[in-house]
Amino acid sequence: MNSNFLLRLVAGLAAVTLFASCGGSDDQGASGESAACAVDQVDGDLNLFNWAEYIDPDLKTAFEEQYGVAVNEDNYDSNEAMQPIISAGNSGYDLIVPSDYMVSILIEAGDVAPVQRDAVPNLVNLDPEFASGLPFDPAGEYSVPYQWGTTGLGVDLAVVGEDVPHTWGLVFDPELRAELGIDGKITLLNDPRETMGAALKYLGFSLNTTSQDELDQAKALVSEATGGLAAYESDQYDELLASGNTAVAHGYSGNFLVQFDEADDPDQYTYFVPDEGGTRWVDNMAVVADAPHPCTAHTFMNFLLDAENGAALTNWNYYASPNAAAVEFIDQEVLEDPVVYPTDTSTLEFIADTGDFETNFSDAFIEAKG
Amino acid sequence: MSGSTVKPKGPVAAALTVNAFLVYAFFFLPIVILAVFSFSDDRLVGRWGGFTTSWYGEFWNDTELTSSLWVSLRVAAVSTVISVVLGTMAALGLERFRWKSQRFFDSVLYLPIIIPDVTMAVMMLLFFTWGIDLTNEAFGTNFAKGFATITLSHIAFSISFVSVVVRARLAGMSLELEEAARDLYASRWKAFRHVTFPQIVPGIAGGALLALTLSLDDVVITQFVAGPGGTTLPVRVFSLIRKGVTPVINAVSVVMLVASLLLVALSVAVQRLRGGSITG
Amino acid sequence: MNGVAPPPAVEASPETERAALRADAWRGFLLAAPAYVYLMVFFVVPLGIVTMYSFATRNRQGGTDLQGWNLDSYARLDEPIVRTILFRSLWLAVVTTVICLVIAYPFAYFIATRRPAVRNVMLVFVMIPFWTNFLVRNYAWRVILENDGIWNDAVDATGTDTLVDWLLGLPHWIQWAIPNWIEHLPSPLFSEVGIVLGLVYGFLPFMILPLYAAIERIDLSLIEASRDLYASGRQTLRRVLIPLSMPGIVAGSILVFVPSLGAYVTPQILGGDKETLLGSYIVVQFLTARNWPFGAALSVVLVAVMLLATRIHFRSGGRAL
Repeated sequence: MNSNFLLRLVAGLAAVTLFASCGGSDDQGASGESAACAVDQVDGDLNLFNWAEYIDPDLKTAFEEQYGVAVNEDNYDSNEAMQPIISAGNSGYDLIVPSDYMVSILIEAGDVAPVQRDAVPNLVNLDPEFASGLPFDPAGEYSVPYQWGTTGLGVDLAVVGEDVPHTWGLVFDPELRAELGIDGKITLLNDPRETMGAALKYLGFSLNTTSQDELDQAKALVSEATGGLAAYESDQYDELLASGNTAVAHGYSGNFLVQFDEADDPDQYTYFVPDEGGTRWVDNMAVVADAPHPCTAHTFMNFLLDAENGAALTNWNYYASPNAAAVEFIDQEVLEDPVVYPTDTSTLEFIADTGDFETNFSDAFIEAKG
Repeated sequence: MSGSTVKPKGPVAAALTVNAFLVYAFFFLPIVILAVFSFSDDRLVGRWGGFTTSWYGEFWNDTELTSSLWVSLRVAAVSTVISVVLGTMAALGLERFRWKSQRFFDSVLYLPIIIPDVTMAVMMLLFFTWGIDLTNEAFGTNFAKGFATITLSHIAFSISFVSVVVRARLAGMSLELEEAARDLYASRWKAFRHVTFPQIVPGIAGGALLALTLSLDDVVITQFVAGPGGTTLPVRVFSLIRKGVTPVINAVSVVMLVASLLLVALSVAVQRLRGGSITG
Repeated sequence: MNGVAPPPAVEASPETERAALRADAWRGFLLAAPAYVYLMVFFVVPLGIVTMYSFATRNRQGGTDLQGWNLDSYARLDEPIVRTILFRSLWLAVVTTVICLVIAYPFAYFIATRRPAVRNVMLVFVMIPFWTNFLVRNYAWRVILENDGIWNDAVDATGTDTLVDWLLGLPHWIQWAIPNWIEHLPSPLFSEVGIVLGLVYGFLPFMILPLYAAIERIDLSLIEASRDLYASGRQTLRRVLIPLSMPGIVAGSILVFVPSLGAYVTPQILGGDKETLLGSYIVVQFLTARNWPFGAALSVVLVAVMLLATRIHFRSGGRAL
């Protein structure tokens, strides 16, 4: 009997010490309405929650050396995987990099803190187009653009031919698919907003529609297209294209560029946003509402908005920079690449949060798959 | 007790051997593939680009990957030990004795096996956020999510798996030997230690292997209960895959494999040293 | 099977017998208590929170308002799409479980009849592949199954593709006898064949371990005795071996069936997610639609049904597990 009690005690103690061992070094700073931060002020190590391979490790090292604090980076693979962790509170993260529509969701839920503009003098470096007027945060009160890009189609010219029409019909027109012989060699993003959005664009509607009728038409298209797909794929579409498993892939601009660069013959592939239009997205830095180290977060923002540092970011991952002052430091070939910097952005739309209609998008997507 | 003399003979034995061979081939085919491509000098996994060990160098110089490997191993070791102890005790308590509300506990024990990963992830996130808030406010402590929350969650799902395997071993196991030992005036503890325990060791070892595997493999739950800078290797790999599978991920897997082999070898060595044996 | 403790030693008076039973009950409870307490705190309470969420409402931002309790999420379970997804997932999980059982049983028997030292080595070798990384293993399978991959080569080399073509070319009146999945055999990536293959690979050890634990325990002289009594091999298997290893069969089947039903990574990577399965349906609710109440309701119902199924199994005499 004694031994049983002892075992229970040991188990209990083990749990307690486990809990205790974790608290240790983490100093929970004041949150929310914290005192104003000064320029270049740091109040502890930076806990960065970011997309994977989205920042040049050398930039992190440079920041660490310049300010004498560590940068702890963790990664997420989608806005939706990041949001619940932040919204739950007590995440321990200081700075996050949500995309456009997610910024508005986080603002509405009160999960991000206002940007202390005085602590970020480099905000003047922003291109006026990005400094204000972005639909998800019109005054730039809560977020600072990090980088931007587009969603479109990457194609293997060896299969579809050099004069491939720049249309979503490659996916949604069964006759065109048959003609080019690409049935079963297509991937679409496994994402309701992107894929339903592509169908909506093909039909000539806004990808932020809240009309059930328009959505139903798009649903019928996606449902038909599912039969001509290899897969719904959000991660490896560029690899499947490069390895010859597919001929047409729906995905994000920068990923394709990096992949094409690695190919034996980079000219074998091309990326375009179809003429009917598509998605343009911006990822943004935002300080978490209960950030333990808000001043370090602002200092880091300011650091990345520096002209040379902003350019280093773009030269590293091939996504376009919202930083006007950085342009002179960006490699010429990147600047001139229409994939990175599309010449015509008029047909492009940002994905906006549609509130209650979001569930209609995901339901329609699931029903289209059957 | 062991029936090693009753091996099947003739065509049955041949069929069994062939089957075993095929099963191992099935198990190791992808492992060989991923190990081979960890030495391939081409960013695209699946295309051979000549021999290189540079991916291992890349892994070794990536402090984020190496530190998360360390977290993974620590979490796996701690959660396996605790869940094996708790799970085995529960299995004994449920299988060897009759008591009230046993059925209810039975159901509780199955829940972690039944529940979908995401659901458990979401509920652990809500629970720990709320629990840490409450504790910090009540006691002025400084708890945060990290190693502890990951380990506690891993134990929560491992206990059930361990106890299911151990119970499969205990169920219907003859009690006569233990009874006999007690008739010979051995204490309950001694009878257990020298008679029952050796018999259930294979079940415990199986349960431990399962718990270790589950802990080393979990992504979804860990992702939701990890804190800044303290996550496990699979979670890192998961976010890397989003940006493209490079052979560095294969190198990581090979290192992971070797590290866990060492972990097992170490535990066997410790057991040997203490005079025990893991054989039944 | 004799799981219940035999009556205590001779000449026990009713009182001492009752006392002994009470002491036994205490011992059992105390042994289980630590795990019990642990799961209560770190599992049942969190589960309670999620259950609470299933009665709440999704707000405009995709958060959950913990007020205005309602049953709307449960009402949605009646939609036809839910039924389609459920039956498809059940079918795949059953197929996976049966294949695992058929492969694992002889394998576990083989291990159990080796020398003890060999057994341990063989068991560890079963687990070694699973210490790599779940996702990386799935991607390795993709490399094997992709166009011009190893699988393709093997299919070509063995002439399986010709066989499949021949089967599919058979006249109409016999086509009904040929299962649909045959056509995916030459290139199983992004088909249901690929999904089942991946699931079997992923969950086979969950079948092997409990089966091994159960078979190794059987006193194999019983089999010898049975054979001595001129029972055929099949009779011995059916009358002796299988009944005695039933706890392992049940445990293994549950450990394979349940995660197969909820799986979503393997169907995604090897199936291309063209048809929604239960696991990904739940994931979509939590992580894409940000509709936590519905995700929670789906989970609660799934858990309740599974629990009920195992309970019924115990009621019907399958106590041992």
